[in-house]
This record gives sequence, structure tokens and C-alpha cells, in this order.
Amino acid sequence: MFSLAEPTSTWYLVLSAVLFGIGTIGVMVRRNPLIMFMCIELMLNAVNLSFVALSSQIANIDGQVVVFFVLVVAAAEVVVGLGIIVSIMRRRTTLTVDDMSGLKG
Amino acid sequence: MELFVFVVAAAMVLIGALGVVTRSNPVHAAMSLVLTLFGIAVMFVSHNAHFLAAVQVIVYAGAIVVLFLFVIMLLGVDKAEDLSVEPITNQRPLAVIIGVGISAIVIAAIVTSRSGLGPSGKGVNETTLESPDANIRQLARVIFSDNVFAFELTSVLLLVAVIGTVVMARKTKSVGTGK
Repeated sequence: MFSLAEPTSTWYLVLSAVLFGIGTIGVMVRRNPLIMFMCIELMLNAVNLSFVALSSQIANIDGQVVVFFVLVVAAAEVVVGLGIIVSIMRRRTTLTVDDMSGLKG
Repeated sequence: MELFVFVVAAAMVLIGALGVVTRSNPVHAAMSLVLTLFGIAVMFVSHNAHFLAAVQVIVYAGAIVVLFLFVIMLLGVDKAEDLSVEPITNQRPLAVIIGVGISAIVIAAIVTSRSGLGPSGKGVNETTLESPDANIRQLARVIFSDNVFAFELTSVLLLVAVIGTVVMARKTKSVGTGK
């Protein structure tokens, strides 16, 4: 399966699984919401990579179209998320997700 | 040659991803994110997805990371945070176990179930010297024919995101009026 001649799409899929796992660990470990956003971007990129790898394996351009839409939605998500962070930081000084417990019952 | 490109790009991706998770300074983490995004763009090029590689560099490494850096500098959180304390007991070992477990499950699924995947579409056009824009033409044909409604919806999504951010981040002049 892992022939040393040239990388098959299995290699790219395994790499994207590892990248997704690293992003998951980052979201769970870090307390800074900005870093958590960056880890979510890592996970989105892992999924994009597997979309493109499978798209070229099964010879279907639709995977690249999905990646295009994921890019657009990721840009919108980052804009809204950073807006929320900025408006939270107006009211407090530290930037830790543990402090944002105002909705806790 | 292809193996060399894959190894270099994979090293960029993994080193950058580990940097995002482990660096204590948010600016350094954003720089590591740029490294990862460039590695992904290199892999897009090696899969003949040239348009997506260009968009990846422009939108992700250009716009999104710059936006991150803007917010980091604007909020003044560009100091290294203390990573030695663990807010919840056993949080980090459990997080590593869960993350490695998710990766292991996905890798096991990939390795065991990859035999039945054959070509199912009309093919991905390779860029050649005769048609240097083959990828862009093919992508545009699919986006503006089959997915044109979704494409128009993304413009509504971007408009909603822009208006929502302006409303959220705007300074309220007098608290208590109108709300």
C-alpha cells in the first residue's frame, strides 16, 4: 500500500487525518479563543485536503467545487467570530474562554 | 520528484500545525498557521488544483491570517501566555488521547476501505502548455452551471457576515436607548 515510488492519495488522506487530529487537540487544549479559531482553520484545511485528494482520485471536479465553497464559508465564519471576540474584549481584560461563563445557569 | 514534493509539503503542514497548538505567543501561532496553509497550497498544486491553490494563498494566508494578526494587535494580546498551568485536571492527556483516537479511527477507515473507489466523473483536466487555464475553465463551468444557486447564496452569506460584524463590533453611543 505504501509503495515508495510516488505518493498515492492514501498518503494525502492519512496526512489530512493527522492534521485534523492535531486541530482537535488544539481546540480542546488551548484556552485562547484566537488560537482555538486557528485550530478550527487547521481542521477545515484538513478536510479541504482530503476533498482535493479524493477529487483527483475519482476524477471528479465536484470535490474542488466543495472546497471553493468551504473557503467562502470559512472566511465568513472567521469574520463573525473575530467580531464576537472583539466585542467581548470591550468588556473584560483577559482573553480566556474559561472567563466567558456569563450564560451559565 | 513527486515524493520529494509530498515529503517537504507534509513536513511544512505538520510542523506548522504543531506550532499552532504549542506556541504560547499568538503571533507565532499565526505565523505557524501560514506555514501550514502554504503546505496545503503546495499539495493542491500537486493535485492539479491550481485555482484552489491560488485562492488558498490569497484568501487564507493573505486575508484570514492578516485578520487574525489585526485582532491580536488590536486587542493587545500579543504577549506569551502561561501554558504551564492546566486549568482542568487531566485535560491535556485526555485531549491528546481523544485527538489521537479520532486520527486513528479515520486512518483505519481510510486504509481498510479504499479498494472500491474508482473513477466516477468526467475527469479532472490537467494543465498543459497548450491549455494553461484548463483547471479554471473546468471549475468555472461546474460552478456557473450546476452550482450557480449555491454560488449566488454565498454572496448573501458574505453580506450577512459583513453586516453582522459591523453591528456587533460597533461602539454603542448611549447604552440603554432603543434596546
